[in-house]
Amino acid sequence: MGRAWVYGDNVDTDVIIPARHLTTFDVDVLAAHALEDLDPGFAAAVRPGDVVVAGSNFGCGSSREHAALALAGAGVAAVVAASFARIFFRNAINVGLAVLECPEAARGTSTGDEVEVDLDAGTVRNLSRGATWSTEPLPAIAQEIARAGGLVPWVRARLAAGP
Amino acid sequence: MSAIPQTITQKILAARAGRSEVSPGEVVVCRVDLAMANDVTAPAAVSAFRKMGAARVWDRERVALVASHFVPAKDIASASLMSTMRAFALEQDIAHFFDVGRGGIEHILLPEEALVLPGDVVIGADSHSCTYGALGCFSTGVGSTDLAAVLATGEIWLRVPETMKIVYRGAPGRWVMGKDLILAVIATIGDDGAAYMAMEHTGDTLAHLSMDSRLTLTNMAIEAGAKSGIIAPDGVTLAYVDARRRATGRAREPVVLRSDEGAAYARTVEVDASALEPMVARPSLPSRSVPVSEVEPVRVDQVFIGSCTNARIEDLRVAAEVLGEERIAPEVRAMVIPATARVWRQANEEGLLERFADAGASVSTPTCGACLGAHMGVLGPDEVCVSTSNRNYVGRMGDPSARVYLANPAVAMAAAVAGEIVHPSDVRAKEAVGARG
Ligand code: SF4
Repeated sequence: MGRAWVYGDNVDTDVIIPARHLTTFDVDVLAAHALEDLDPGFAAAVRPGDVVVAGSNFGCGSSREHAALALAGAGVAAVVAASFARIFFRNAINVGLAVLECPEAARGTSTGDEVEVDLDAGTVRNLSRGATWSTEPLPAIAQEIARAGGLVPWVRARLAAGP
Repeated sequence: MSAIPQTITQKILAARAGRSEVSPGEVVVCRVDLAMANDVTAPAAVSAFRKMGAARVWDRERVALVASHFVPAKDIASASLMSTMRAFALEQDIAHFFDVGRGGIEHILLPEEALVLPGDVVIGADSHSCTYGALGCFSTGVGSTDLAAVLATGEIWLRVPETMKIVYRGAPGRWVMGKDLILAVIATIGDDGAAYMAMEHTGDTLAHLSMDSRLTLTNMAIEAGAKSGIIAPDGVTLAYVDARRRATGRAREPVVLRSDEGAAYARTVEVDASALEPMVARPSLPSRSVPVSEVEPVRVDQVFIGSCTNARIEDLRVAAEVLGEERIAPEVRAMVIPATARVWRQANEEGLLERFADAGASVSTPTCGACLGAHMGVLGPDEVCVSTSNRNYVGRMGDPSARVYLANPAVAMAAAVAGEIVHPSDVRAKEAVGARG
């Protein structure tokens, strides 16, 4: 369970982690600058388990995986958005950051609400409002990757199993 | 013959998945023809590749590593990223490694190098990898970990996209380029209007568009949220591909595919190209595009002519044409960055670089540079920039308070000369009047 941080539409990867920080992929450094150009107070105040909630097209723009890493590194448990840009969506699953597409949750949540996300059940609960929403399941292969903990362990297991 | 009519995108994915046909929405695993990463995305991919326990890339001939974003190294950290990529390229004996001075921006470089061909599945660790679709291939951007998996296995899982068909009609007017067509489309459908889809560009207007302008069309598929952009190969495509294969001696054969009559489209958008003016995207979304004559008067601090969107030879020729014998306005700093070593050399031979320099512009070595606000022209607080690149997001080119207007190279150069956003013909007309007086 964590607090919701609510943002609007088209939160692009340039504001999630600006290019001036792309000379590293050290998760702690990236986390310290997460969302810096959109919400300068975020990185210092976010607590492990908090949930980012946003409108449509979250993570649009640059393919920089640093964006998903910065949020995961900052302790964000999940991103719930009305919709996601596809590269960010894949990146998040690949690095083990939970992502749920749920327009109703995005509309019905305010910053500071207590929110709980269950990726396996595909549900978002807003405890402050007593509401529960369910989301579309991921494609089977993406579920498999998410359950493995990301694409690195998933490929590792397959390579180890041999052709 | 497949039973259900297929789009070109379905046909390419089916061929690479070893299937006779595929349907939108299903997940397929495809063989990859070319995998690409750059100096920002390759180092993280190398790290993931090692953590996956992989020892060798699946095929050294099918990997391109391109130094483009922070080159020449802008600081010690970016020099280290470059070293990581260089060391991996040497260790793995990567066939297509382009270091500083030998390549340029990947999305202009790989078509020039005949490394991406019609019919291919191309996976690039850069969001503008959708650019290559102008050649009639399926091409999309991914993050570093996805790319690492491709390097290790030669395969990728993909959800077969639905296709949005865009039909352009009529001949574009003076100073109207591929950039204006795609900005007009994004203004119509929105920044996620083609989310998860393939954008297939069609119509009689394409016959008027050079390969350079077509590559701009597909380049900005990602700015509409699309997975890919594609143009079925025609005479223009094949003449370009043949010329580049001959020039580079690369023998891999193109596979020419087209959408079937009756293929299913999720949506069709029509654009009257003959009625379009040059377009300008106001801050801070590409969808805020309007005809240049509707832009409010705005003083300009910086003009950037560069990036994978508009730094090909056609773009530089058009910019030089608008410039004529004028000078850059004293209060404006203009920077011209040819996209690749080959474009740079050709522009040099044609005298374009000298003309830009004589007019007071800064001309530099190929790099992404100012496009991503990393170096070579970072914007300060409250500054206004007209850029030929593809993203005007908050903070993209520097300080979050800076404002970026996207435009084609004719409009950008006109702004450099006039010191404000004007129609390119205003600049040319002024000169004509001056010449008469
Ligand atoms: S020129 Fe800009 S948009 Fe194109 S690859 Fe480089 S940073 Fe990305």
